[in-house]
Amino acid sequence: MSKPKVAFFDFTSCEGCQLNKLNLENDLLALLELVDIVEFREAMDDKADYYDIAFIEGSISTPSCIERIHKIRRKAKILVALGACAVQGGVNGMKNLHPADWVKEEVYGEDKYLFPSMPVQPVGAVVKVDYEIRGCPMSTPEFLHVLKSLILGRKPEIFDHAVCVECKLKENECVLDKGMFCLGPVTRAGCDAICPTFGQYCTGCRGVISNVNEKGAINMLKQHGFSTKEALKKMQMFNALEIEN
Amino acid sequence: MKRDLNIKVKHLTRVEGHGNIVVDMKNGVLQKAQLDIVEAPRFFEAMLKGRNFHEVAIITSRICGICSLGHQMSSLKATEDALGLEVSRQTELLRRILVDGATFQSNTLHSLFLAAPDFLNVGSVFPLINTHKDVVLAALRLKRLANDIGDLISGRAIHPISCVPGGFTSFPTEAALKALRDKMATEGLKDATFIVDVIASLADKIPVFERETEYISVKSDQEYGFYDGLIFSSDSGSYERDKYLDVTNEFVVEHSSGKHARFNRSSYMVGALARFNNSYDQLRPLGKDVAAKLGLSVPNYNPYMNTIAQVVEVANCIDNTIELIDTVLAEGLKNEKPNQEPTKYGRGYGITEVPRGILFHDYTYNRQGNIEKANCIIPTGQNLANIDEDMKKLVPEIIEEGKEKITHKLEMLVRAYDPCISCSVHMLDVEFVE
Repeated sequence: MSKPKVAFFDFTSCEGCQLNKLNLENDLLALLELVDIVEFREAMDDKADYYDIAFIEGSISTPSCIERIHKIRRKAKILVALGACAVQGGVNGMKNLHPADWVKEEVYGEDKYLFPSMPVQPVGAVVKVDYEIRGCPMSTPEFLHVLKSLILGRKPEIFDHAVCVECKLKENECVLDKGMFCLGPVTRAGCDAICPTFGQYCTGCRGVISNVNEKGAINMLKQHGFSTKEALKKMQMFNALEIEN
Repeated sequence: MKRDLNIKVKHLTRVEGHGNIVVDMKNGVLQKAQLDIVEAPRFFEAMLKGRNFHEVAIITSRICGICSLGHQMSSLKATEDALGLEVSRQTELLRRILVDGATFQSNTLHSLFLAAPDFLNVGSVFPLINTHKDVVLAALRLKRLANDIGDLISGRAIHPISCVPGGFTSFPTEAALKALRDKMATEGLKDATFIVDVIASLADKIPVFERETEYISVKSDQEYGFYDGLIFSSDSGSYERDKYLDVTNEFVVEHSSGKHARFNRSSYMVGALARFNNSYDQLRPLGKDVAAKLGLSVPNYNPYMNTIAQVVEVANCIDNTIELIDTVLAEGLKNEKPNQEPTKYGRGYGITEVPRGILFHDYTYNRQGNIEKANCIIPTGQNLANIDEDMKKLVPEIIEEGKEKITHKLEMLVRAYDPCISCSVHMLDVEFVE
């Protein structure tokens, strides 16, 4: 069997997820024995006509993004959304919380109509996404797990329990009990609760769990002294397209 | 030769973000030589409005995956300046270690993985795994070591976790810090020396080209300017940080969604070569030795040498980190709480060097500690006008060469600046018109 042809593409994003993959220094050479990387603009010149697996980083936010993602989808057998911007809009989604014209004027002033920009959308809103790798940035162990599963022809399992579970397994002191804000109870696991482990609160970068009890979460945050407005605003940092005002 | 030449490189490779190179010459007269920035606009300044000071660095980190640590540093300094938050000496030492780590990670990635393939006439680093395996392995080890610094001290090298306004939320153990220090002093310095020798052997592959320009960077008389200092122009000297808008003078051009900048001339350069030209005296002895070995002396006016200046900084940063860790360990690592009680509200400026050059964050906070106004001026944006000016001088000088060679030299030129286009819009496709 010939090696699967893998490609990476970036849309509106910081390209940190792709970079995180280059940070697999210890596994990078072994990985290259399993797959052929046929397109990866950030690191190489080559272009290809067909991809077994296309990884997409970033959100859709301009008319040219829509055209490009359609072309990629036509050539890709499997399409994987890579990271928060691609999966749920990520921080880019906060743009949609403000009037579109004000946003353009705030950054480009009187030249605001030079660069076409639309409300931000996740990749899945425009073309079919077969699998998702969440997080900001994506976690490299999860990326390796998904890639290995796809190479073996298996369906990669996706976590749908809360970060709280992983945080308890790490035996971290509860972030809310420390008096800090936290989105661990409603955010999808898979990050090994890395932010609480390093003394931060969970910012919800992996998106909300599928059966989220939003009201319950807001009530609980209220009991810890955080207003509904503040809770919603903090949930919107990475999830503005899912959490309405 | 009265030549017609039309070059169009769409979505230039081996750079961060999307850009196109466009060159149009008719009857021997250059009509156009420019870098079009076609990255989707990001609108971070607008997204920051109304956000609390605890959240701001978490968001601004996401401007760029490569310079996420640098964005956090400028961001935290701007917030601390605006809110009157003092930070401890330990916080400053740990931040300097992180800045060194992020710089040598990024410089290693660019000089060895993105630029070096040009010196060996291949399209990416991947073919080099078979032909130059020992070099690729040494480069990977260096990159890993740099990322280890970020992972250990800030939780994660990309989008760091524990750096917050007023300090840190967690600390490494002294034993882990000591182990990192020892690895840097042995493996790190050894690999860096090996890489310097390899790059020195390729020095004749760097195109010969000179264009004197204005060089702007952070400058300090205490240290090689990275984390702290004044704004310095090679043309007109030092400026306080609240004068940054007088230096950057951003303006919008139609061919770039990243804004251009200019100060005393039509363009200026920021980044490793600007730092080297402005702060050579503050390089450590090892940095000066490496520069001599690589044939880089001050002043240097060849933008292609930016890549070489990055390699000098790799060695300098490793050497500096070892000393910084020794200082932290000698003074004893304390589990300090971050200082997050604002003493005032208003405007603050955060200025640091990131791998690609000087980075400005400017925030105004209201009395609730929420952002009223934010402005970020990114290094790649500041370099865009200078890249266009370089192309305008370079194309007529090499016009006798074949189209393929001209295109390649233009791609190498843009790449030498190590552009970070996602940041600048907050780049690259060559368009040859014949």
